[in-house]
Amino acid sequence: MADKILDIRNLDITFKTTAGNVHAIRGVNVDLERGETVAIVGESGSGKSVVMKTAMGILAGNATINSGEIIFRYKEDDGSLQEVDILKKEKKWVRQNINGRKIAMIFQDPMTSLDPTMTIGNQLIEGMIMHLGISKEDARKRAIELLEEVGITDPEKRYKQYPHQLSGGMRQRVVIAIAISCYPDLLICDEPTTALDVTIQAKILDLIKTIQKEHGISVIYITHDLGVVAKVADYVNVMYAGRIVEVGNVEEIFYDPKHPYTWGLLSAMPDLDTDDDRLYTIPGSPPNLLHEVVGDAFAPRNQYALKADWKEQPPMFKVTDTHFAATWLLDERAPKIEMPQELKKRIERMKQTKG
Amino acid sequence: MAVDYNAEPLLRVEKLKQYFKNGSYVVKAVDDVSFEIYPGETYGLVGESGSGKTTIGRGIIRLYDPTGGRVLFRDMDISGKLDRYTNWELRTKMQMIFQDPMASLNPRKKIGDIIGEGLDIHHSYSSQEERREKINAILAKVGLAKEHYDRYPYQFSGGQRQRVGIARALIMNPDLIIADECISALDVSIQAQVVNLMKDIQEETGCAYLFIAHDLSMVKYISDRIGVLHLGRLLETGTTEEIFSNPLHPYTISLLSAIPSPNPRAERSRSAVSYDYATSGLDYNRGELHHVGGKHYVYGTDEEVAGWLAKEN
Ligand SMILES: Nc1ncnc2c1ncn2[C@@H]1O[C@H](COP(=O)(O)OP(=O)(O)OP(=O)(O)O)[C@@H](O)[C@H]1O
Ligand SMILES: Nc1ncnc2c1ncn2[C@@H]1O[C@H](COP(=O)(O)OP(=O)(O)OP(=O)(O)O)[C@@H](O)[C@H]1O
Ligand SMILES: [Mg+2]
Ligand SMILES: [Mg+2]
Repeated sequence: MADKILDIRNLDITFKTTAGNVHAIRGVNVDLERGETVAIVGESGSGKSVVMKTAMGILAGNATINSGEIIFRYKEDDGSLQEVDILKKEKKWVRQNINGRKIAMIFQDPMTSLDPTMTIGNQLIEGMIMHLGISKEDARKRAIELLEEVGITDPEKRYKQYPHQLSGGMRQRVVIAIAISCYPDLLICDEPTTALDVTIQAKILDLIKTIQKEHGISVIYITHDLGVVAKVADYVNVMYAGRIVEVGNVEEIFYDPKHPYTWGLLSAMPDLDTDDDRLYTIPGSPPNLLHEVVGDAFAPRNQYALKADWKEQPPMFKVTDTHFAATWLLDERAPKIEMPQELKKRIERMKQTKG
Repeated sequence: MAVDYNAEPLLRVEKLKQYFKNGSYVVKAVDDVSFEIYPGETYGLVGESGSGKTTIGRGIIRLYDPTGGRVLFRDMDISGKLDRYTNWELRTKMQMIFQDPMASLNPRKKIGDIIGEGLDIHHSYSSQEERREKINAILAKVGLAKEHYDRYPYQFSGGQRQRVGIARALIMNPDLIIADECISALDVSIQAQVVNLMKDIQEETGCAYLFIAHDLSMVKYISDRIGVLHLGRLLETGTTEEIFSNPLHPYTISLLSAIPSPNPRAERSRSAVSYDYATSGLDYNRGELHHVGGKHYVYGTDEEVAGWLAKEN
């Protein structure tokens, strides 16, 4: 059998709020092989961060896990392989044994993951001293190397500064340095480069790639930046309203998308090659998950929706061994409907530019 | 909407300097930066992390005392001390959408009340119903539901929080909105919605934007003019067309070459042009802004600029 490091099965989560119960995660499956890179893309609020926070045992207090398992296979310090269902473990155990050590996460909002009262340097060495058991002096040396690696100039000076004295992008790079400092098995990057400009973004992505290769780390990118996905991902999961609606390898998702939501997502990207006056937007807004969804959650915004999409939740139809999509359009009884012409032309153009 | 460049500029930043001291270590976050924004215009500010974009924005809304230079709003010097009334009035005329959505939202306040704060301070309603209506309308405009009114910031996704920040700025109908990376945390389909929304509001109210971003494809799409910032210096500015089709400064050229494309095959074989100030042979302290045609200016010494122009032809 292949070497699966993470296997999320049928995850289902509800949040209690004053307005009622929000059914935010509705049966999510994600898997990841060792050393591989998977991207999760999808609309804001679709549940990307919640899924990954669950895997780290840091779900908010008002959440209830209705069902599911999160199987994580990691290497012990002696090299032996361990398997746990994160959901069956105490939160405290997960925080002590998994968080920061075996799974590291780079959060979307860098300011919230840094302690404003502590210098950058102290925040960097804290984890290394605790998890790697190295001396303070060695930790300091490595911290400065790490700061340099993530592209921070004058690392010795920055080491002594506090988070508010750094720019947004520098703070994000510090967070990245902290995350990779203990060589985790799995690195989860939640919008890691949204605060970074393109030149540094490219450097950081290359850096993560190098560390990934050197240490056999698996990486999950949560991002809406399809340029980043195109650059780094082996596989892509497209998420909508608490479910994965399409999964495939990166070429399948970009060049042969099947779900109408994926079509919309690809169409909404600004195209440097055209001078259109308005950007394409997907009509309507995502469903309010305070109310149970019937059928395909995307149906109300989907001009191609079939009757069945309104009534029954579509299963994952198989397109190839690696490509699946949850839309009744793929049912053999469905009329043959193709992606919008505009998008088709754009994909043709993309395939021809070989860079 | 066509921008009238013969009109009086709405905002003028003149030789703005903002230095930060940490003991003996001085960070020249913004150094001698000048540009202006016209009524109804969108000015895109781009540049690498730490180049001083946020500091300029914060300087304009008077969060800092400038180390040097001045800022004029409608010909009024707003960089010095202001009387209370002017200050109060300015706070509705200029709004900033902050980069770090979580850090700029009070965690103990309901979203609706956060958005309504400006209305409350400036007594911009005659009844509670009107207040509620205004807030609901703006929630709908940024793609949130009225049920969201009673939620707290932590109960939102990153992108939803960012829209709260946008709603809070828009509700005051300002003349100038400083949008600091306001769409970077949003997914593409909502980015497109927000950008279209910002364009619509500009059509409707004629407000101007200082649009700070690193996503150059979005900046290209939304901006009338663009300024390129590096190490606190404004290196090049011009119309979007001028910058994209005729970039002169090597830093601008490198920045444009790094724009990622959502195309796996192109992305795997991309090679960006690299630029490193230390080895570039340029000296930012000796340069000046040179007019090179149209609205296009580039920063450098006479020889440097002559060299770039020669390469161009
Ligand atoms: N503690 C909570 N209480 C109530 N609702 C919550 C809570 N945390 C998250 N949610 C809701 O769950 C949904 C999924 O949120 P999540 O943060 O996973 O979105 P996301 O896909 O990461 O979006 P973004 O791209 O904007 O970061 C959202 O509708 C959000 O409002
Ligand atoms: N309060 C402060 N004290 C000390 N230094 C500061 C302070 N605020 C900003 N700086 C420094 O000023 C420089 C410019 O920071 P600024 O936040 O303006 O960058 P930016 O262009 O917005 O970058 P980013 O794209 O990463 O947000 C950085 O070197 C930063 O460390
Ligand atoms: Mg998120
Ligand atoms: Mg900034």
